Amino acid sequence: MPSRLSILALCLTAACAGRSGVNTSANPGAIDTTSADRPQYASTYHRHENPPVFIRNATILTAAGPEMARASISLRDGRIVAVGPDIAPPADAVIVDGTGKFVTPGIIDVHSHLGVYSAPGTFAESDGNEATDPVTADVWAEHSFWPQDPQIPLAIAGGITVMQALPGSANLIGGRSAVLRVIPARTVQEMKFPGAPYGLKMACGENPKRVYQNRGPSTRMGNMAGYREAFIRAEQYRRQWDKWNAKHEGEPPERDLELETLADVLRGRILVQNHCYRADEMAQMMDLGREFGFKIRSFHHAVEAYKIADILAREGVASSVWADWWGFKMEAFDGIPQNAALLQQAGARVAIHSDDADGIQRLNQEAAKALYAGIQAGIPITREQAVRWITANPAWILGIDSLTGTLEPGKSADVVVWSGDPFSIYTRALMVYNEGWLVYDRNDPKRHPETDFNIGIDNPGVGR
Amino acid sequence: MNRHILAATAAFAVSMVSARANAQTIAITGGTVYPVSGPRIEHGTVIIQNGRITAVGRDVGIPAGATRIDATGRWVTPGFIHASTTLGLSEVGSIDGTNESSREGVINPSFNVADGINPAVVNIAVARMEGVTSTIARPGGGLIAGQAIFIDLAGDQARDMIVKSPVAMVIDLSENSKSAGGGSRAGVIQRLRTLFRDALEYERRKAEYQKREVQDLAAPAAELEALLPVLHGVVPVYAIANRKSDIENALSLMTEFTLKLVILGGTEAWKAAPALAQAKVSVAVFPLTNIPTFDGTGARSDNATILSDAGVNVIVVEGESGGPRNLRFAAGHSVRNGMKWDSALRAITLAPASAFGMSDRYGSLEPGKVANVVIWTGDPFEYSSKAEHVFIEGRDIPLTSRMTELFNRYRTLPPSY
Repeated sequence: MPSRLSILALCLTAACAGRSGVNTSANPGAIDTTSADRPQYASTYHRHENPPVFIRNATILTAAGPEMARASISLRDGRIVAVGPDIAPPADAVIVDGTGKFVTPGIIDVHSHLGVYSAPGTFAESDGNEATDPVTADVWAEHSFWPQDPQIPLAIAGGITVMQALPGSANLIGGRSAVLRVIPARTVQEMKFPGAPYGLKMACGENPKRVYQNRGPSTRMGNMAGYREAFIRAEQYRRQWDKWNAKHEGEPPERDLELETLADVLRGRILVQNHCYRADEMAQMMDLGREFGFKIRSFHHAVEAYKIADILAREGVASSVWADWWGFKMEAFDGIPQNAALLQQAGARVAIHSDDADGIQRLNQEAAKALYAGIQAGIPITREQAVRWITANPAWILGIDSLTGTLEPGKSADVVVWSGDPFSIYTRALMVYNEGWLVYDRNDPKRHPETDFNIGIDNPGVGR
Repeated sequence: MNRHILAATAAFAVSMVSARANAQTIAITGGTVYPVSGPRIEHGTVIIQNGRITAVGRDVGIPAGATRIDATGRWVTPGFIHASTTLGLSEVGSIDGTNESSREGVINPSFNVADGINPAVVNIAVARMEGVTSTIARPGGGLIAGQAIFIDLAGDQARDMIVKSPVAMVIDLSENSKSAGGGSRAGVIQRLRTLFRDALEYERRKAEYQKREVQDLAAPAAELEALLPVLHGVVPVYAIANRKSDIENALSLMTEFTLKLVILGGTEAWKAAPALAQAKVSVAVFPLTNIPTFDGTGARSDNATILSDAGVNVIVVEGESGGPRNLRFAAGHSVRNGMKWDSALRAITLAPASAFGMSDRYGSLEPGKVANVVIWTGDPFEYSSKAEHVFIEGRDIPLTSRMTELFNRYRTLPPSY
């Protein structure tokens, strides 16, 4: 499990400092100024207290095994304690009757621009594309992220517990992503998922060459040259720093924000999240990874992934796809609704993502669309498989699969109670637990989170 | 029919239906039939002859020689009408060469999209396979975008597809047209008022106008002429309006100029539901619109439900990146958000047909109506259901598209090139 290793590695770093509340900068003189180990924008997330919960007699899709009928799940102190048909409720637990209802892990969206392209959608909130240079590996999505985006509560009401906020796709290398718990918060650091590795947004194809056509790159070969040039610089930077880190002698090399991020990609600490539509371009990008010794974690959008499903399965590169978006540009012209199903059939890892403030509110429904598009075309996909497209697989893509994404004892209590089969159009999320915190309850208006923008502006908010 | 005469191609198109329709007789038997115009019929029969529905009911005799289609366990509905698309007018979104829905300038009443229809675009078959059989193909852009048309999604030539042209005049009262009003909503309304008054003056004083004895009018004669059917209430105004105040402006203009009005968008229409119901103004809503913008801070998921419960003729449309094929899911989303199932079915069949003066021929399964009929494996709003037969003007349309071809090519890898 490479992801477990990467998480362990990262837990030695800044991201985990916030979780324990330990201020690692108490003695500034002791800070190791190497790129990844210096405290940088530490998460201040803390688990919210919630009484123990026991959800009984529900159909449970664990994303880790067979569907369970008339089963129960027990949550305590932010963790899943037990799941199964024959478990008994603890005496102190709040009992939730799951009769007729379904329970799944919290939904994880690996591709969102919430908070970086916030509502109400004016230029003032347009903070997703630093479209001033084709390579902006130095920017971090969390530095744009607005926790008061009124789209956030709507996503929570759709069962989303974790999301990756990404820079846009104008640039070849767009910057670092932020992996966030989707909860009401005043600062982005209160949302940042402790222990989650950063992602690096890269983009292939039409967008960068369109945005930079007057200054370059203006072609796909120009795109490739741009990535290569950046990683060549990063290789050198990494060598300089690794050498200095080994001995800590003399003046440290000069810091470079852009190369610091790219060097951590080369070290395997940052996961590449690559917007890429066309099959042939995905192959080029996997070659780029081979040239520089890194692995692309997931292609995003991957409209043509079905054409190379066998290659993607062999390479162990995931595909994060829409259920059915297509046709809005040439590189999306060959989209088919069986994309996810064909990838699943080939043994490749699939996630359904939104890239959309509407879609994130019903990612389960988009998965349903892709599930039944497969079944109707004769591909035998099951609900057990489809639920992984929006839970366990996205958790792997974000490198947090040892912490969340399935309903197994010890995992984070990220749980959604649905009014019925989550793959029915009539079903909605009723209750959403984020590390045990009941952050949304459809039947309790006090559990309908609102951002400041919603206040006093005649906006109906969530639940309606 | 009098009111249709101004719609020059309409009469022509009507006559075309029987000429181009399939002469075959088809009997769909045993299914659960949802006529929309009446209660559902268990084990019902639908008879199609010469492109028209000739009988619907439980005890319907089957004409000799009819092709029988056993729909036992299946659901039978009218074909769905998508009341706001660019199907036929657009193929690849980002490729200008394939986009025909807008004309330069901001005042384009004479711009009719009909001659831009391309029956060969690949997305028509994709939408058709999901039960969309008719659309309103509409222009966009500017303040008066131009004339929308009603088309059936089958035919080799545009004239085979066009059923009514124009079917509506698209006018944008949202924030998107403000520049046409000098940067102000008030300017937009003032400009429309001037245009409408000048069109009526032009009509009254055509002879003087031709002798150049009339002061300059707000638009060229061809544009003013094109507004006259609108000002006579023959062609409805399809007004894009989201903010409550914009909807109220549309209602004021309607009263002032005796327009026939349909609202498109209507993000905050729920706030004006009683007024809209009283004025008998239909509203076409996007059921997924619930994110606040300054064009509609009051966006909410149950907009369609509130309007429907208030007695408004609600039309459901969609604008997702998955395309117009998702219309049936848009109806399903409305049900999830509280709309009655029957109302949601009506919102994509009879509601758009009646809003645009097409209910004499479209929107329900009744004798005499055009035979746009779909047989579903189950509830058409559910992901688990699919269309098994799609009839357009009585023809059983092959359920294939460029997508199914791509799927077949790549279902086993490597493909055999």
